Amino acid sequence: MKRRRLFVTVLLFVLASIVLAACQKKPQYTCTDPKGCVEIKPGEPIRVGAALVFSGGAASYGIDSKRGIEIAIDDLGGELLGHPIELVAEDSQCNPEGGQAAAQKLAADKTIVGVIGTTCSSAAKNAAPILSEAGIVMISPSNTAPYLTDPATRSPFYFRTAHNDKVQGKVAAEFAYNELGVRKAATIHDGSVYAEQLANVFAEVFKQLGGEVVAQEAVNVGDTDMRPVLTTIAAKGPEIIYFPIFNPEGPLIAAQSKEVEGLQDVKLMGADGLFSKEFIEVAGEAAVGVYLSSPDFSAFNPERYDAFLKKHEEKYGEKPISAFHAHAYDAMMILAEAIKKAAVVLEDGTIYIPRTALRDAVAETKDFQGITGNLTCDENGDCADPHIAVYQITSATEWDTTDPEKSPVKIWPK
Amino acid sequence: MWERLRYRLRYVSGTDVALWIVAALLLVMITVGSYNSLTSGRYTGKQWFDFIISGLAQGSIYALIALGYTMVYGILFMINFAHGEVFMSGPFTAYFLAEVLEQRGLFETNPWLALGLVMLLSMAVSTVVAVSLERIAYRPLRGAPRLVPLITAIGASFFLQYTFRGLYTPGFKAYPEVQPLKGTWTLFGLEIQRMLIAVFVSSLLLLLLLYAFVQFTKVGRAIRAVAEDQQAAALMGVDVDRTISITFAVGGAAAGAAGVFYALMFRQVNFFMGFFPGLKAFTAAVLGGIGNLPGAMLGGLFLGVFESLGPSLFLEGLGVPAAYQLKDAIAFTMLVLFLIFRPTGILGERLAKRA
Repeated sequence: MKRRRLFVTVLLFVLASIVLAACQKKPQYTCTDPKGCVEIKPGEPIRVGAALVFSGGAASYGIDSKRGIEIAIDDLGGELLGHPIELVAEDSQCNPEGGQAAAQKLAADKTIVGVIGTTCSSAAKNAAPILSEAGIVMISPSNTAPYLTDPATRSPFYFRTAHNDKVQGKVAAEFAYNELGVRKAATIHDGSVYAEQLANVFAEVFKQLGGEVVAQEAVNVGDTDMRPVLTTIAAKGPEIIYFPIFNPEGPLIAAQSKEVEGLQDVKLMGADGLFSKEFIEVAGEAAVGVYLSSPDFSAFNPERYDAFLKKHEEKYGEKPISAFHAHAYDAMMILAEAIKKAAVVLEDGTIYIPRTALRDAVAETKDFQGITGNLTCDENGDCADPHIAVYQITSATEWDTTDPEKSPVKIWPK
Repeated sequence: MWERLRYRLRYVSGTDVALWIVAALLLVMITVGSYNSLTSGRYTGKQWFDFIISGLAQGSIYALIALGYTMVYGILFMINFAHGEVFMSGPFTAYFLAEVLEQRGLFETNPWLALGLVMLLSMAVSTVVAVSLERIAYRPLRGAPRLVPLITAIGASFFLQYTFRGLYTPGFKAYPEVQPLKGTWTLFGLEIQRMLIAVFVSSLLLLLLLYAFVQFTKVGRAIRAVAEDQQAAALMGVDVDRTISITFAVGGAAAGAAGVFYALMFRQVNFFMGFFPGLKAFTAAVLGGIGNLPGAMLGGLFLGVFESLGPSLFLEGLGVPAAYQLKDAIAFTMLVLFLIFRPTGILGERLAKRA
């Protein structure tokens, strides 16, 4: 009997302490967001993923964009709402498999608030649906393929600060037709969504302008012997070859076209996928004379871009090595802005970031004054203020996008 | 006569019939495609010739790599899937020498000496990698079932790839240009790229040299003896372990040389560069009859030309758009067809499975 009383007493005591403990830990905020909330306790960092390419032929794009993000974080003072910002870098490579692996890794980490990435459109192909499913907002600094923001195929949590290739392909075709005065064009893509869609936009606009597209060929990523495909193209007699692909296949086409009969004088044009220092490093002399379209650096906000370049030079000891550093900077700033807007801050400094609310905050971005211009996100996730220019490589050794006189030289629009 | 036919037909299964139909369809496709392409006049004779030359140059590189596959298969009956990485290790390491030599101007003043040095280093590195691969990864598994070394080889392949990635960074490196090999030579009134001719001729010489080595030297005889019958060779006083090491060394040296040719032709090296040429060379070795040295050479050249000509000759004639993208499909379809209809390869039957 005595024993039983003791047991009951102990039981009551235990129950009471559980209830008390529960009362003390009573949540001050209840998450009602359908995709959940990220809880960040005092002292814990706000973790942002960077799913960019860090290996292979396009590595300079990922490194370039990562530097842009890092400078943005520096400009924010390294913290947001009293929490330090932590960048979690994942190599998403430049293919669907890499994008999938990086996205799955980031989606599994419940502390990731948002992701800046991917670099390549083909990596975004698999990454965007996975991150959207997990409710992680994704802002790409350099995806350009139209289908990513096509209402039929877009993932709801996907945004980008880079231009849509509907713009870039049009500029390239207009440049070829109006400025170079060529009438017969051939295109080469590499099977990636980026290259294929861009080559198609180019071909369409070129035909609309009155030109003739004599060949639409394709190579594989990893091909090295381009002579057969170039011989095939030479037989059709184009005046310009448009190959909006990547390293190292792009340099191989540039170099080997010089060796194929009938293509010695043909004009060569690539796109932003080749607009990096790596292109001239791999192509060497063969790069000289090649036209490349890219974001127009002279259309950037001059004061802010100058300040950015100064910090870049100080921090990394060199000038930007590719084209999407400023876009990455803007992407990070838009994300930071949206976090500030969406976050629920409690008295003790704990913050909750509801995932859908964060996405909506990014989607509502309007007249955001970024380095790349005046950014407004449309209903499909296109946030860019797109200005495309055509540059020409004039030196096999020099790469300076900050000085208009140095290679690559901006030649269009004038 | 009638009796015999009926007797043979008794052993024809449905699968056989289906396969024959597939083969017949492919044959019709190839014939129709080629006929259309040749009669359409899309390409001039010179352009067909260019396809063949570029195919031969690429094919001779395949042949040099295939040599390593086939010799190892001949002696150990295993497919050394890490051979593509042996091929990569040489030129990737030699790149750093090439860079220094270029900075010192040796490629300008004495290009042949510079090229020779780069070639030597590349061959040396590939040889060392191949021999250590055998010593560390394959020899301890010599008695194991055949699947075990095969899987080990795949593991070794990844290990080597990512080791070199870690050592030399993941980016692409550009080989310096060799001035005397730029431009064209005119042969029989046809302009041909110097580089292609140089690669083709020197690969061919190297292949003949290696063939002579295996056929006419004492060490070569030991290699053939071990391939024939390991135990009997051991009883005759052949040092089997040493002979196997030498086989790997010879295959490695050939791959190292092929790597430099590859790097000169395409001017770029990377840790992943061995993967596709490795697969293609394996295909070439099977086409030629794996285990058979002249077969590997023939298979390599055949595959190179087929890949280069195929898209324009067969596929474009059938109206396939962007046919060139399908060249790998052509190569691997050929592999499958050979495995089905002639598993012993082009030369396999007469010379059987021996090096």
